[in-house]
Amino acid sequence: MSVSPLALAARSPRRTLLYALPVIAVLLVLPWVADQYSTILLAYGLVMAIAALGFNLLLVYTGLLSFGHSAYFGVGAYAVAMMVKYLKVSSMELFVVGAIVASAAVSALFGFVCVRYTRIFFSILTLALSQVLWSLAFKFFWITGGTDGLRVPTPSLLGVTPGGDKIAFLARGYYYYVLVLFLACAAVMWVIVNSPFGKALQAIRDNETRASFVGVQIWRCRWVAFVVSGVFTGLAGALWVPLNGLTTPDILHWQFSGEIVFMTVLGGFRTFAGPIVGAVVFNYLKTYAVGYTVYWQLLLGVILVTLVLSLPTGIVGMVERLTERVRRRRATAS
Amino acid sequence: MDFLLIHLLNSLLFASVLFLTAGGLSLIYGVMRIVNLAHGNLYAFGAYVTAWAIGGVLAGAPTPLLYLLLPAGAVAAALLGAALEPTLLRPFYKRAEEYQLLVTFGLLMILEDLMRLLWGPYPLSASALWENSGSVTISGNPYPNYNLVVIAIGLVAAVFLWAFVYKTKFGVVLRATSQDMRMASALGIDVNRVYVQAFTLGCFMAGLGGAMIVPRDSAVLGMGVDALVLAFIVVVIGGLGSLEGALAGALIVGVVRELGITFFAEIELAVLYLIAVLVLLARPAGLFGRP
Repeated sequence: MSVSPLALAARSPRRTLLYALPVIAVLLVLPWVADQYSTILLAYGLVMAIAALGFNLLLVYTGLLSFGHSAYFGVGAYAVAMMVKYLKVSSMELFVVGAIVASAAVSALFGFVCVRYTRIFFSILTLALSQVLWSLAFKFFWITGGTDGLRVPTPSLLGVTPGGDKIAFLARGYYYYVLVLFLACAAVMWVIVNSPFGKALQAIRDNETRASFVGVQIWRCRWVAFVVSGVFTGLAGALWVPLNGLTTPDILHWQFSGEIVFMTVLGGFRTFAGPIVGAVVFNYLKTYAVGYTVYWQLLLGVILVTLVLSLPTGIVGMVERLTERVRRRRATAS
Repeated sequence: MDFLLIHLLNSLLFASVLFLTAGGLSLIYGVMRIVNLAHGNLYAFGAYVTAWAIGGVLAGAPTPLLYLLLPAGAVAAALLGAALEPTLLRPFYKRAEEYQLLVTFGLLMILEDLMRLLWGPYPLSASALWENSGSVTISGNPYPNYNLVVIAIGLVAAVFLWAFVYKTKFGVVLRATSQDMRMASALGIDVNRVYVQAFTLGCFMAGLGGAMIVPRDSAVLGMGVDALVLAFIVVVIGGLGSLEGALAGALIVGVVRELGITFFAEIELAVLYLIAVLVLLARPAGLFGRP
C-alpha cells in the first residue's frame, strides 16, 4: 500500500493545535447554539470517531484491514450492559473502566490469533472471530437478551446522578463528557502514531523484512497495536450505550464492522483527521438516509462504491488536495 | 443406525449447498485474487429468482416443469455476475486489497436493498416443489425426496466442476491464469475474458446453491449475509482458492452443523468458527490451500 508522504508526515504539535483549536472551540460552543437533536447526533458522531481512530491505527499505520471491529465495540457496549444488569452499577466512570478492561482482554485474545496473518487472511479471521461473539450474543438470550438486547439507563457522571429530562441530559452533560473523552483519545492517538512505537508500526507496514532487520519485533508490535485499537473501539462502545439506551447484537455483527471501515474511508484513511471527519459525516449521512428512505442501504452502497471509484483519498484527502492546489496557484502568482 | 443415516443425509444436504457457495467464492479468489463480500448476495439472488419463478409466476404448474425452472436462479446469478465483473470489479485489480473488499462491501449493500426493492420485505417461498416431491421412509420416519435431489445435484455439480477444471481446455486456461496471471497473459491468453468467465462461473455456483435450497427453506432478506459467513468458514478450513478444499470444508462444516443442531444448538456457530481458527493456527493456508 503506497501512502503519500505528504499526508502522513508528522506535523509539528504547534501547527496541529493551530488546526485543532478552532474545531475544539466550535465543538465546545455548539450545545448552546444548536438544538438538542443535532447535539445528540454529534455526540453519536464523536463516539464513532473514537472507534474509527482506533480502527485506523490498524488500517493505515499497521497496514491491517480488520473486518471485525464490531467485536470490540460490542464487547465495550455489552460490558456496560452486563454491569448494569448483574452488578447494579450506574457510574459512567466504572462503565468506562469495565469496558476498557473487557475490550482489552478480548482484543488481546483475538489479536493473539489474528496478527499472525496479514492481508486478506487477517480480514477474514477478524471477521470470523467477531461473528463468534455475535452468535453468542444472539443465542444466549437469557444472558444477553437476544435480539431484544439489554437496556441501559442514564448513568451518573462523576458521581452526580442526573435528574429530570433524559434528552436534556444527553445534549448537555453527556455531550461534554463524550467530547472530553474524545479529545483525550485523539490526543493519545496522536502521541501514539508519532511515538517510536508508531514509527515502528509504519516501518513494519512498509517493509516487514527490513523492519525486522533493524530489530523491530514485528509480531509484538502488531499485537500491541491490535489491543490499543480494540480498546479505543471498546471505549467507543461503552460511550455509545447510554446514548442509545439499548444494546443489541446488531453492533456485534460484521456488517457493523463494515460501517466502521466505511466511515474511515469516507473521511480518508491516509490522514490522522480523516477517520474523525468520516465518522461524524457518516453518522449524519446514515441518519438522514434512514429517515429519507427504507432503501438507505442502497443509497449508502452507491455512495461507497462511487467513493472508492472516484475519491479514494476521502473527504480530508480531497480538501488537502484542493488547498494544495490553491497554495500552489498563489505561489506561482506572487 | 438408521437414525445415523438421517443425520448423515442432512449433513450431506448442508454440504452440497455449502460446497456450491463456498466453491464459487474459492474459484473466484483462486483465479482473480479477489474476495467477493457480495458473494452471499448472489446466492440470495439465485434463491429469490427461483422462488419467484416457481412460487409466483408458474405456481401450480406440474412438478417436472418446476424442476426445469430450478436452474433459473443460477442462470440469473451468472448473468448478474457477467455484468458486474467488467463494470465494477475490473478497475480494482491493480489497486490495494482494501479497495477490493470495500467495493464488494458496497455491492453487498446495494444488492441487499435491490432484492428488497424487487421482491419486498416478506419471505418468498417455493415450497410447492418440496411438497410435491413426496418422501421416502427411512426406518419408519418419512424423509423428503427433495433433500435427496439436492444432495444429488451437489454431487453432480462437484463431478462436473472437477471435469471442467481438470479435463477441458478452458480448465487449463483457468488454472494457468490462477497460477501466474502475467505469464498466462504473455502466452496469449485473454486474461480479461478468463476473469469474466471465472466470475460468471463462481456466481453461477452461488446462484445454483441458492436455487436448490429455496424450495426447502424460503428466500428471506439477510440470507446472503449469513451464507457468506458460512462460506468463509468453509474456505478458511479448506483453503482459499482450492476447489478440493471447498469440498472437504463443506463436508466438515455440514457434519458439524448437523451435530450442532442436534446436540449443541446454542454454540453451533461458535464451534464452527473455533474449528476454522484451529485449522488456521495449524495450517495457515487451510487444509488444501497453497501456502
